[in-house]
Amino acid sequence: MSMLYDYKLPPYARALGMNIDGAEDGVPIITMPFSDNVIGRPGFLHGGAMAGLLEIAAMASLYAALDKRGQKYSVKQVNVTVDFMRGGANHMSYAIGKVNRLGRQLANVEAEIWQEDRKRIICAAQMHYMVKLEE
Amino acid sequence: MSNTQPPIPKWFPKDGKFDIEIIQKGFNSYGHTKFLGMDYVDSGDDWLELSIDWREELVADEQSGIMASAAIISLLDNATSLAIFKKMGTFKPQATMDMRVDYLRASPKGARVYGRGECYKLTSKIAFMRGIAHNGDMDDPIAHVTGTFIQTSLSQFMTGMAK
Repeated sequence: MSMLYDYKLPPYARALGMNIDGAEDGVPIITMPFSDNVIGRPGFLHGGAMAGLLEIAAMASLYAALDKRGQKYSVKQVNVTVDFMRGGANHMSYAIGKVNRLGRQLANVEAEIWQEDRKRIICAAQMHYMVKLEE
Repeated sequence: MSNTQPPIPKWFPKDGKFDIEIIQKGFNSYGHTKFLGMDYVDSGDDWLELSIDWREELVADEQSGIMASAAIISLLDNATSLAIFKKMGTFKPQATMDMRVDYLRASPKGARVYGRGECYKLTSKIAFMRGIAHNGDMDDPIAHVTGTFIQTSLSQFMTGMAK
């Protein structure tokens, strides 16, 4: 994916078993296996772990979009709104981000999680990021 | 779903009474709360505070060492959901419906993070919550959260069909 940014998953994501696995329309798909580290109530994903997966997927999509500009930017997250729609069961989770608007200083990004069925979204989020061209 | 019914956690009160001592001992004994190393700090009638220690595995950026924002979401999710039980005085299964988190500043390398959740309104089905994350000084918050939880039945809670 990103050549300019050489995006690597942060330690938090690696500790939860997240991985970059393929892409949809050039946007990386992030996976997260079901494991003890991500369980909330017994048998289901913790809401915070789902939010974490969404944040990583959103960030990866933003870096992919910034990469196309050919200039290096620093990125700072401003906020996130997460909607929990279904319990995350004992399956592999997949997440992808979508950059809805990328301006000179602001990015509006959304992300979603599915498990066995690509069309059955279990959790989604919207994020705002400040982006700044590095000197 | 074919998977077998997961075991009910030990801290899950059989009489439905919310006992802060049981929570103190048990809520971080497994799963994601154990991974994050969440600790109980303090509570009042309608609020509850938890904390997590900084460690390498929880950082968002190896160079700066700042804490991953998602770890702070998890902390606030748990602190607010326990604050709702505290206000109700009973343990009723509930699911997070939505959360909005504003990141006011980064949580620096090495700093312990506190998450204080408050339930400011309860209706028959919905609990409205808010909270902040900080590094020890509540006047200098890291993040601010608002959100809602919806009450579910025990069977819904155990099967994930909350909504």
